Amino acid sequence: MPPSFQETVRTPNGRLRGRIGLSHLLFLAIASIPFAARAARVGDVVETSVWTQAVRFLTLSDPSVRYALLGAVLIGVSTGLLGSFIVVRRMAMAGDALSHAVLPGVALGFLWNMSKDPMAIFVGATLAGLLGTAFVSWITSTTRIKEDAALGMVLAGFFSVGLCLMSMIQGLPTGNKSGINSFIFGQAAAIGPSDLKLMAIVTVGALLGVGLFYRQLLVTSFDPGFARASGLPVRWVHHGLMLFLAFAVVIALQAVGVVLVSALLIIPAATAYLLTDRMHRMLAIAVAAGVAAGVAGSFVSFLAPALPTGPFIVLASASLFSAAFLFSPRQGLLLRWWHQRSRNARVARENTLKAIYHLSEAHGFKGEGALVRELAERRRSTLEEELVRIRGLVAAGWATLSDDRAVVYPTPAGWQRGSEIVRNHRLWELYLTNAAQISPDHVHEDAEKIEHVLGEELVRELERRLQFATVDPHGKAIPAIGDIRGSAPSRGDTTIGFRRSGP
Amino acid sequence: MNNTVPLPTPHTPGPAPTDDIPLEVHDLTVAYQKKPVLWGIDLVVPAGKLIGIIGPNGAGKSTLIKAILGQVPVSAGWVKVFGEPLKKNLRRIGYVPQRESVDWDFPVNVLDVVIMGRYGRLGLFQRPRREDVDIARACLDQVKMLPFANRQISNLSGGQQQRVFLARALAQEADLYFMDEPFAGVDAATESAIIGLLQELKSRGKTLMVVHHDLSTAKEYFDMLLLLNMRVVSFGPTEQVFNNELLQKTYGGRLTILTDVAEAVKQQS
Repeated sequence: MPPSFQETVRTPNGRLRGRIGLSHLLFLAIASIPFAARAARVGDVVETSVWTQAVRFLTLSDPSVRYALLGAVLIGVSTGLLGSFIVVRRMAMAGDALSHAVLPGVALGFLWNMSKDPMAIFVGATLAGLLGTAFVSWITSTTRIKEDAALGMVLAGFFSVGLCLMSMIQGLPTGNKSGINSFIFGQAAAIGPSDLKLMAIVTVGALLGVGLFYRQLLVTSFDPGFARASGLPVRWVHHGLMLFLAFAVVIALQAVGVVLVSALLIIPAATAYLLTDRMHRMLAIAVAAGVAAGVAGSFVSFLAPALPTGPFIVLASASLFSAAFLFSPRQGLLLRWWHQRSRNARVARENTLKAIYHLSEAHGFKGEGALVRELAERRRSTLEEELVRIRGLVAAGWATLSDDRAVVYPTPAGWQRGSEIVRNHRLWELYLTNAAQISPDHVHEDAEKIEHVLGEELVRELERRLQFATVDPHGKAIPAIGDIRGSAPSRGDTTIGFRRSGP
Repeated sequence: MNNTVPLPTPHTPGPAPTDDIPLEVHDLTVAYQKKPVLWGIDLVVPAGKLIGIIGPNGAGKSTLIKAILGQVPVSAGWVKVFGEPLKKNLRRIGYVPQRESVDWDFPVNVLDVVIMGRYGRLGLFQRPRREDVDIARACLDQVKMLPFANRQISNLSGGQQQRVFLARALAQEADLYFMDEPFAGVDAATESAIIGLLQELKSRGKTLMVVHHDLSTAKEYFDMLLLLNMRVVSFGPTEQVFNNELLQKTYGGRLTILTDVAEAVKQQS
């Protein structure tokens, strides 16, 4: 007997674990295709030799390539780690608001000594982000305005202040303002050694923080009430997380830009969430997805320096997410579609077997097979349709077809399955009419569905509760397990391995 | 407790050290957005009892537990656990929050959740030891959930989820348990399993305070009842407290004056 669809849907954990590594490689392969194509087109427009640029990138001969790549890796690690916690804590919108709120800080950091000093910008941006977050808590705790509205206001308000300051900087007569715009959409090629130093410090800090306080983060994210009752510092964990979230956003600004940095927090983590149901694996997958997206995005950006990096990095992580959405072994659309399809096919085969049983029953179980013509008449279908269905049975090893294609013979296994379906159907009808007091003319439709999902154990339970009744509410005989398995003594007086109908 | 008004403890209850009194609550008052929801709660809870907290919706049953555990700001009053402030005895407290209070799609499995019961006993950087995992597994076995140890928590029925929460509380190895509606939305088999477990905990000298919503079983399940409706209507042995007059006072006819005054307090501020 083929496995029932229930068994295939609820795949045990052990089997999933094996598949993740493989499917992840698959995503990377698929995700890289559009990039190769896009890179070629971009190169045509920009009139630089794409090949020379690609070779420069891949051989890592250029220091700026090494900076960009290292930066992408560091950003992927820190945003993957923090983003995972943001996603499971349902704080994605807070991450978005925080990342937009940093813009005035970037501008003020620039104005501090009229240069792109990474430290000044880091401090300014972090402070602005945290100030925005504090604003949201202040608004929600003192007014009746709920968090979503407060986040929306702070996001847009801070961002507008930032935009005004940025255009003010553009209007300044100083010559040193080049590159300030890369903070809006990101420019990985602009990453310098001093940026990297900051990125490394933050990423190592995030790794240490998550590593050392993993269980505090886990329990306060899952059940803050319980965590507080166990004496864990829920508030401190939250503040620490928000601080590192601000750091991670700020170090990613140079590569991804203010507008899109929150996507890097959310998308890799959401991808990982589709692929696993353990937090530590989610962290690992989110980091891997973040790094892959960062590297792919900076590669494209390097080929076409005129284009911003942020959108490419985000597109790369979005394609990873799409791949996970389609192919995830747990929740992927493709697998779900496949299960649905194979379930429908199985139900169709079982219905054909059932029809053969009914036909045989109508003839008093005489004769070895069923006429295809009669089968078609019974089911009000054409001969062709019926033959297609029978071929499905033949392929499944449940029947054979005569050479003239006029008679279908169920194999022993096919006959057994057909009898089981009829038994399930009639038992369920009887149960509904007896136990649930539903009138006999209301039970058929329900039994049509239930017959395909009842397992052996439930059937035994039903038989026991119905005291091994032999006749269904419509007066038809219910095949018993013994008969179906061929162990009943009544086997002797049967024509095709089953007792004659009727009491 | 952080929000306790530091009253000059004038109160020396009973003869001497109160270590044998698991819980003492004095004049506990809670207000949400300035609107009082619990008024001057006084309780002295004896050890080794299974206590049901009952009352109508909005009576503050969950709020009482949360206030005792320091989860909601308290506007007045104090709480002592085994004769000391709550913070000093957190390890002796076990807590089962309402099942709906968490996201059951969270990426953890059953064993992960139960091990969380051990976290309160671990040092700042300490990871769960072999021993903690063993205790967690034993607790899962006690609620008959060991076969599900590696199951993701969303693939559980409501009753099974409740058992996981119970196992986590067991893993806390506490002496005083607070349980918020452990019987809500569980199947009959789980309900009888849970009550059996509570009885067993009680027989080992533990004290249990259980928010309960089903009056028909309250009398049978609990040794003592706390009838609550914004204030303590009555607290005592079930056979003394579970009578029509007191239940009427708890459930029937809202305590209109209290609600009105609460509204007035809110308007004033």
